Amino acid sequence: MYSESLSKRLEDLGAVEGSRLSVTKDGRNSVGTLMPHHEFSAPDVLIIKVKSGYNVGIRVTPETTIEVLEKPVERVRKETPVEFQKGLPKLVLIGTGGTIASYVDYRTGAVHPALSTSDMVNAVPEIREIANVDATVLFSIFSENMDVDHWQRLAEEVAKQINDGADGIIIPHGTDTMGYTAAALSFMLGDVPKPVVLVGAQRSSDRPSSDASSNLMACARFCVKGKKSGVYVIMHDTSGDDSFAVHIGSRVRKMHTSRRDAFHSINVLPVAHLDKDGKIEMHIEGHEVTSEKAVARTAMEKSCILLQYYPGMDPALFEDIIMRSKGVVIAGSGLGHVNSNMVPLLKKACDKGIVVVITSQCLNGRTNLNVYNTGRDMLSAGVITVWDMLPETAYVKLMWALANTSSVEEVKELMRTPLAGEMSDRRTIDV
Amino acid sequence: MSEDYEMMCGIEIHQQLDTKKLFCSCDSVLHEEGTGAIYRRQRPTTSEMGEIDRAALMQFQKHLGYRYQCCQGSSCLVELDEEPPHECNPDAMDIALTFSEMLGANIIDEIHYMRKIVVDGSDTSGFQRTALIATDGSVDVGDRKISILSVCLEEDASRKVEANTSEVLWRTDRLGIPLIEVATGPDMRTPEEVMEVAFRLGTLLRATRRVKRGLGTIRQDLNISIPGGARIELKGVGDLKLIPDYVRNEVARQKMLIRVRDILAQRGTKPVAFEPVDVTDIFRTCESKVIKGALDDRGKVIAVRLPGFAGVMNGDNKTLRLGSEMAGYARTKGVKGIFHSDELPNYGIEQKYVDDLRNFLGMTGEFDAFVICAAKEKRATEALEVAVARANQGLVGVPEETRDPLPDGTTKYSRPLPGAARMYPETDVPPITITDDRMGRIRANMPEFPEQIQERLQKDYGVNAQQARQLVRESYDESFERIATKYPDLAPVAATVFLNIYSEMQHDGIDTTALTDDALMEAFSMLKQNRFAKEALPKLLREMANGTGAEQAIKKLGLEAVDSDEARKIIEGIVNERADFVREKGMAAIGGLMGPVMGALRGKIDGKQANELLTEAIKKLLG
Repeated sequence: MYSESLSKRLEDLGAVEGSRLSVTKDGRNSVGTLMPHHEFSAPDVLIIKVKSGYNVGIRVTPETTIEVLEKPVERVRKETPVEFQKGLPKLVLIGTGGTIASYVDYRTGAVHPALSTSDMVNAVPEIREIANVDATVLFSIFSENMDVDHWQRLAEEVAKQINDGADGIIIPHGTDTMGYTAAALSFMLGDVPKPVVLVGAQRSSDRPSSDASSNLMACARFCVKGKKSGVYVIMHDTSGDDSFAVHIGSRVRKMHTSRRDAFHSINVLPVAHLDKDGKIEMHIEGHEVTSEKAVARTAMEKSCILLQYYPGMDPALFEDIIMRSKGVVIAGSGLGHVNSNMVPLLKKACDKGIVVVITSQCLNGRTNLNVYNTGRDMLSAGVITVWDMLPETAYVKLMWALANTSSVEEVKELMRTPLAGEMSDRRTIDV
Repeated sequence: MSEDYEMMCGIEIHQQLDTKKLFCSCDSVLHEEGTGAIYRRQRPTTSEMGEIDRAALMQFQKHLGYRYQCCQGSSCLVELDEEPPHECNPDAMDIALTFSEMLGANIIDEIHYMRKIVVDGSDTSGFQRTALIATDGSVDVGDRKISILSVCLEEDASRKVEANTSEVLWRTDRLGIPLIEVATGPDMRTPEEVMEVAFRLGTLLRATRRVKRGLGTIRQDLNISIPGGARIELKGVGDLKLIPDYVRNEVARQKMLIRVRDILAQRGTKPVAFEPVDVTDIFRTCESKVIKGALDDRGKVIAVRLPGFAGVMNGDNKTLRLGSEMAGYARTKGVKGIFHSDELPNYGIEQKYVDDLRNFLGMTGEFDAFVICAAKEKRATEALEVAVARANQGLVGVPEETRDPLPDGTTKYSRPLPGAARMYPETDVPPITITDDRMGRIRANMPEFPEQIQERLQKDYGVNAQQARQLVRESYDESFERIATKYPDLAPVAATVFLNIYSEMQHDGIDTTALTDDALMEAFSMLKQNRFAKEALPKLLREMANGTGAEQAIKKLGLEAVDSDEARKIIEGIVNERADFVREKGMAAIGGLMGPVMGALRGKIDGKQANELLTEAIKKLLG
């Protein structure tokens, strides 16, 4: 933020972002275009883009003179109409925001969400060679701000688009919580008849090295050539732009803060791999697409919590939170354990009809509370385990199960029944 | 510009800093080998107007890919564009600020990093991070003040390892090494002045004592133009002593092109339409190696008429050379060259073929000319297209170009001068406020200026003014001081090494940068211990430049010094063998005997000692 005095000076001068300014300080004159103020810039610093293209920060003192030379030039972004070709399948992009669906205003450096159909499709023009692509922007938010309501609206939009004739849905999404959204869609859309693919980017689209376009292209190819129904996530499989992995939406997790290949399938192989030329290698059979209608069951019980057990966890601190919830997922240690001093609290919760689901913070491997004493005590207290389901998936599924059943027993039954490939009782050595 | 001048030139210097990398904690060290080959592509991004550059997209769709190698210690996820940049290296920033102060430049209050789009794949991100640090400085050279337009602190790019038509392999060890980029105004007016300014900026950079030294650590670009000519960027000049040649040759080239333009204008030559004709049949029996080779490879001979261009492609005693300009453009399309009518018959193409071709093309006009190319049809046609376009530019004058320096002081065409760089803010790096405290600390710790270093070398180590100046100018002062501080009595020998022995070695094509400071210290330590005689230094250093250690080199070359007892015995032996001669000549025999003595002991004892021992031995014999 500008200081109050500088802010007032600019306002009085009518200087706005994009104005051409002449700034004179200590006898030196600089001419350039006013840039947006950076969050971390000093409050008395003006940033201008000088002729060479560089941005420079000038500290404005009372003696500094500022003059507006020109008003900003209005720029009109050209909209290229997207033409449909007969005979190609129809894919619908549903924009939610995030790195993948934003563009940089090169003039000011500000990141804007992509707002139009052509923005998104034009970023990957070659996609039009394999499909007719329609696009709609549902939200423009970073994925850390994605909430349960967003999942619900998204699921409804997906169902609507499929029922309106889409052969596949591609959802550009911020990567931070893409795994949660994928899980939510998996349960809400159930036996969805078409491919629904979430895709993100770890490098923004303004960079020539962005992974956005190659990931999008892999999505389009998988939708068109793979012809598998279900909810998936497609991202880079390696650091290179030559291998892409298709993950089951309920089995995938962001495992790195920044790498292109951050997303991993946990406890299963990816459904398929695509190479740089679009060749698909399937690892899991999957379901063929059908012409059934899509149905979105979007009810969710929001009073659920997801806890990570840690040594020193104090039952007294959590009692209130747990007892106020309808369902609890705990990522326990190892096979699914918590400190035995937590067990009485878990029993109290279960006795009250709160569903307590145990997963493992190891992520890889199956929970099993029959092996050690504490585990057996936990089972006696009334908790349930869900094999090798990811903690985040279990949390999303529990919300959905609580809202779509009428008894605790039914919820427990549902939690222990695979609905969308989210759990399995067999793990092989190759995953 | 009203000023009367023959040429103008500006310099841009890129100097690597001797710190960790600019945006991560990797070492700024180059490696002999790289591992891995991560495949990436770089896509042209949409412009601020939401448009994609069609030409750039076509390039992308040709499926050109890049592979990146890593090097342990020098590549991390930041180089691989797999992790956002860390904060700007404060050491590197301090050096850039110090250097800016040395130039009296105006330092920016708050520094903002930018992303400069780079299209060749040398940056894994597709852009180079660069920031403007200071503007409006100056440097005094001779009696002239040369303006400094800007000082930037930026990242170096990856190194190209190999390339084929579909992929380029890059090594990321160099990527991210901090570079100071300093640009002068177009103020230089003579070829020698350009060289002096380059030397001056180099010595100022090295005076910070925090820059890298050795091959490839500093790169100079020259911007040269003449009145009526055009701006030519000469990229990557290595040897500063060749600068006057480069500049003179470029000035001559531009003058020649202006002459060509005037001649063509006088003739009323019109731009030539590009109409390639397949003339392969005419050359079926031609013995020219190039043509035969192309035809054997199922290529064709393609010709284009150039009405009005005779005599300027290679004429007036070879002083008009538009043809070699055309060939330079053609070569960028992958052909070995072209033939034009000014240079034929020659190269195995006999007059008969020239006549047949002229008839075939219906060439009757006084200044009618042609150009041919023998290669695969598509390639030959593309090559001729750019060659003819270049010929047509001859009507206008000098085209703006980027050119590459050649070791003989001439240059060759590389590519058209790039347009204005596309830059936008690097939002991952926070702006850097340059505080008064920081500048106070920097001003209190300014390095010695080159003149101060020179004075100190004279005062402390007894070298003369000319030696001191040369040591500093040629960047030997740091190494010299290391040796001279440790071995003060050997300071004159050290000066001789850098100023005489090195220049002889370089003259013979030996890379003296292969001799590290540590290797030199080892050699001087041995010299100090009298392990060999200083006369053997040239021989020893030549061997050490191949990578042999001092100890091993002494052994290998048999330079082991002998102790004075042994030397005395050898000398007495020589004197005794020639006892008659010695008796006859008396003390005057020394002159005649020094030859055989040094023959037996060269490099093992020094000359002065040999003389003393010989004198003693003669005295002893004469009684």
